[in-house]
Amino acid sequence: MSLDKPYKNIPGTTIFDAEMASKGFHLNQFCMSLMKAENREKFKADEKAYLDEWPMTEEQKQAVLARDYNAMMATGGNIYFLAKIFSSDGLSFQFAAATMTGMSQPEYAEMMLNGGRKLGSPLNLEGFKNGKD
Amino acid sequence: MAKINAGVATSHVPAIGAAIDLKKTGEEYWQPLFKGYEYVKEWVKDAKPDVVVLIYNDHASAFDANLVPTFAIATGAEFKPADEGWGPRPVPNVMGHPQLASHIAQSVIQDDFDLTVVNTLDVDHGLTVPLSLVFGEPENWPCKVIPIAVNVVLYPVPSGNRCYQLGKAIRKAVESYDEDLNVQIWGTGGMSHQLQGPRAGLINKDFDNAFLDRIIDDAEGLASMPHINYVEQAGSEGIELVMWLVMRGALHNQVEVKKRFYHVPASNTAVGHLVLENKTSEE
Repeated sequence: MSLDKPYKNIPGTTIFDAEMASKGFHLNQFCMSLMKAENREKFKADEKAYLDEWPMTEEQKQAVLARDYNAMMATGGNIYFLAKIFSSDGLSFQFAAATMTGMSQPEYAEMMLNGGRKLGSPLNLEGFKNGKD
Repeated sequence: MAKINAGVATSHVPAIGAAIDLKKTGEEYWQPLFKGYEYVKEWVKDAKPDVVVLIYNDHASAFDANLVPTFAIATGAEFKPADEGWGPRPVPNVMGHPQLASHIAQSVIQDDFDLTVVNTLDVDHGLTVPLSLVFGEPENWPCKVIPIAVNVVLYPVPSGNRCYQLGKAIRKAVESYDEDLNVQIWGTGGMSHQLQGPRAGLINKDFDNAFLDRIIDDAEGLASMPHINYVEQAGSEGIELVMWLVMRGALHNQVEVKKRFYHVPASNTAVGHLVLENKTSEE
């Protein structure tokens, strides 16, 4: 019997459950390694070579190189782990969140100042996968 | 006998910690938010807790993907602020209360709440931002803190009801501790926010305000709200709000609201804050 996972159907949203955590384990552990300054330096010096030290899928590595956060989420990344990548890049949570919505950061910041995204408002779902397909 | 006398709920947005640390609290963007915390800063000077049981979640700081405890209680004597990728926050180390923490662990595990016991724990913004919001920027935190970490990152997280019942078990544990201690319980995280995917930026003021109403007057009913309602209506990270139910479960059924505050936005997040005191009539 399969388990009920009603959260799979929420638009524009990837829920990090045990199944996703299993897919994303090495991606997320790579992210954790960036909490050490020496690893951040190694990663910045040669991103591809550093990623190749981890048993991640090619798709995951490409998503990291492209800083495609939606693609990282779809392959099992979790936002609090992925935060180590954009922090290493010197970028904020708001920057990363904006890139996932298809909005520019100023547009996104303006939306937040105006009270945030309203429930049911239209989403830019072009190319979005929530990892469940 | 030790006793839980009051509860505090607050969001723990990392950008709030950054605003404090970078001396930006006077900026136009942040002023309305910090004004909402002026009350609690005064209140806590009189309330003077000896110990705060602080319910929070770790954000991939102390626990990596290898180990995800659903509930963990920290029994260590001292906890360092975690380096979350941009250096640790410049705040004092957090002093634990190993004896009371061990007593709570013993009591709640015997009550069927199988908490993970952890000793060394670097505490991230989830724990230190609430301390800064309530105590400001002291040289040392003015009380002991027992961190209780709740997994709200990896689904499924514990249910609202499980959190609420854990709060009740914590109350029972504290009240069976012999030393006279003035204990507070704090619940942190939330309110509505989503940090990921095309739906990032979601805020739901109606949901948040209804949550604030119900956690005061209908906590038991609120505890039965399923996860899907949080995720659908308050965003994927809005699920952090279940941690407020641990705080509420540890208080009396009847509480007095000393402060209620709500503000949008702090970065990506809606900020909620409550100061609740037990009504003295109930034992």
